[in-house]
Amino acid sequence: MADTDTEIRQIQEGANLVLPIAETDEGIQTEELILNMGPQHPSTHGVLRLVLKLSGEKVVECLPVMGYLHRGLEKIFEWRTYTQGIRYADQSDYVSNMLNEHCYAGAMEAIGGLEVPRRAEYIRVIVDELSRCTAHLVWLGSYGLDIGATTPMLYCFRDREEILDLFEELCGSRMNFNYFRPGGVLYDLPPGWLAKLERFLDRYEEHIESDYVALLEGNEIFLERTVGVGEIPAHLAVAYGLSGPIARGSGVAVDLRTTRPYSVYPELEEMRPVVMSEGDAFARYKVRVGEMRLAIRLVRECIADLPGGPVRARLGHVWKCPKGEAYYTVEGAKGEVGVYMISDGGPNPFRAKLRGPSFVNLQILPWLLKGRLVSDAVAIMGSLDFVLGEVDR
Amino acid sequence: MAVPEKVALRPIDFEHDVIQKRPVSGQAGLRSPEAQAPTPGILAADDNVLFSTLTTLVNWARSRSPWPLGYGLACCAIEMMATAASHHDLSRFGAEVFRSSPRQADVMIVAGTVTHKMAPRLRRLYEQMPEPKWVIAMGNCASSGGEFWDSYATLQGVDTVVPVDVYVAGCPPRPEALTEGVLRLREKIAKGG
Repeated sequence: MADTDTEIRQIQEGANLVLPIAETDEGIQTEELILNMGPQHPSTHGVLRLVLKLSGEKVVECLPVMGYLHRGLEKIFEWRTYTQGIRYADQSDYVSNMLNEHCYAGAMEAIGGLEVPRRAEYIRVIVDELSRCTAHLVWLGSYGLDIGATTPMLYCFRDREEILDLFEELCGSRMNFNYFRPGGVLYDLPPGWLAKLERFLDRYEEHIESDYVALLEGNEIFLERTVGVGEIPAHLAVAYGLSGPIARGSGVAVDLRTTRPYSVYPELEEMRPVVMSEGDAFARYKVRVGEMRLAIRLVRECIADLPGGPVRARLGHVWKCPKGEAYYTVEGAKGEVGVYMISDGGPNPFRAKLRGPSFVNLQILPWLLKGRLVSDAVAIMGSLDFVLGEVDR
Repeated sequence: MAVPEKVALRPIDFEHDVIQKRPVSGQAGLRSPEAQAPTPGILAADDNVLFSTLTTLVNWARSRSPWPLGYGLACCAIEMMATAASHHDLSRFGAEVFRSSPRQADVMIVAGTVTHKMAPRLRRLYEQMPEPKWVIAMGNCASSGGEFWDSYATLQGVDTVVPVDVYVAGCPPRPEALTEGVLRLREKIAKGG
């Protein structure tokens, strides 16, 4: 199947290509093999396609092919009003929707110089952290599936359902919430919601230790397949521009919640980034589980400090963003989510560029897979945790 | 044995190759235009008592465990996973065995936005599935283009490429909605559709 000129050229070149004879370590002569993985493949987490060149069981070269989910989000932003655009920002990273909304709304506020009420900021942090938990739960479940553990997925989705039920009560939707607004959030917390949340957090905290950690870290197969696999040295993590749990798993203490603080994160005492130094898939797993625990502590602190007052700045019926441009970043579940927005004073943004952390994090994959076994490819790819909606946008 | 002629490589013409060559939805689970004629054998003859009973039995058996193709595209895929996972448990209706290979699947749940780049692959996957096969368009994007109705890169409804049996509305549909879609499909299969 060839669509683009590049792909046609690759195939035509490939037709005349005699694959070189490779020799394995054991002295067996083999041919190099080109293996196409995806776009429909259960462990590419969506529609990524990898063209792997194999020599025996080793990966010689890896070429990621993207664009199977390119929906033209950035162009659509230009055709929608500012408030409508929030709904589309949801679609970028569709497992941690609230964080994208925060970023998109934050860019507008940065241009317009809007002040967000204190209560809205605390609610934002609560829903952000819960959204981060859903993203990490989906990751943990599907990563377990990738490397052969079916049970964690069932447990993870149980807790994710509870978070989604809370979100549904808050804004009426399970995913694609459309909850953030320039200058605040759409609705205040419904009565009794905080009590439900607290009860859930107690259960969830216990589940993390008793189910996820006990199931996976006590499993020798899981340890065998993740410890020492896919190591990223710290200097490479910086050179490739990695962010989020991948960078923090390599010992680079980049967490935008502390290094480029936004919202009320600098006021929260519990906000200490989770950093591991090993840099392998297991370290990335530890960072994500650590972030789930951190999220519980942050949400608890927010509940304790939650001030009263309005949840949305009074902007009038039709709010027009003034002229200007801004780049706003939020620490997403996968890394630095950024929106660069240019406003020309009209009803729609002139340009809204979305920086997807998955897209940037994906570029280290060819380097990581080089020389590794094919069976490790899935374990490494899963540990990078990319969402194709964000890669292709 | 005749050697098939080598087909020259050319880029896929979307209008010609994908949309115009779309298989038409036939009756009794027969899909492609070539397969429009009734299949010889007992299953096609339901004009007598004995065999019509057998057809009913076969359709009933088919309807009870449609195996979906694990084909997640976008946001809906996460809800599809949630439907199959513990809380909503699609296995109550026999449809939890997500197959990774199209050759083992009965139902293709198109979960998410289909882009122009993905559409030829979707068609190929559909053609690789063995007969009888059904398609559920999950979500607004797959049903009609949904909120990407004016995007330059997406397909306006997956029924421009493959015949669709059940449309499930929602963005993304709740797991209950997908379960309802599977139940409707069961009804359709049981009626021989």
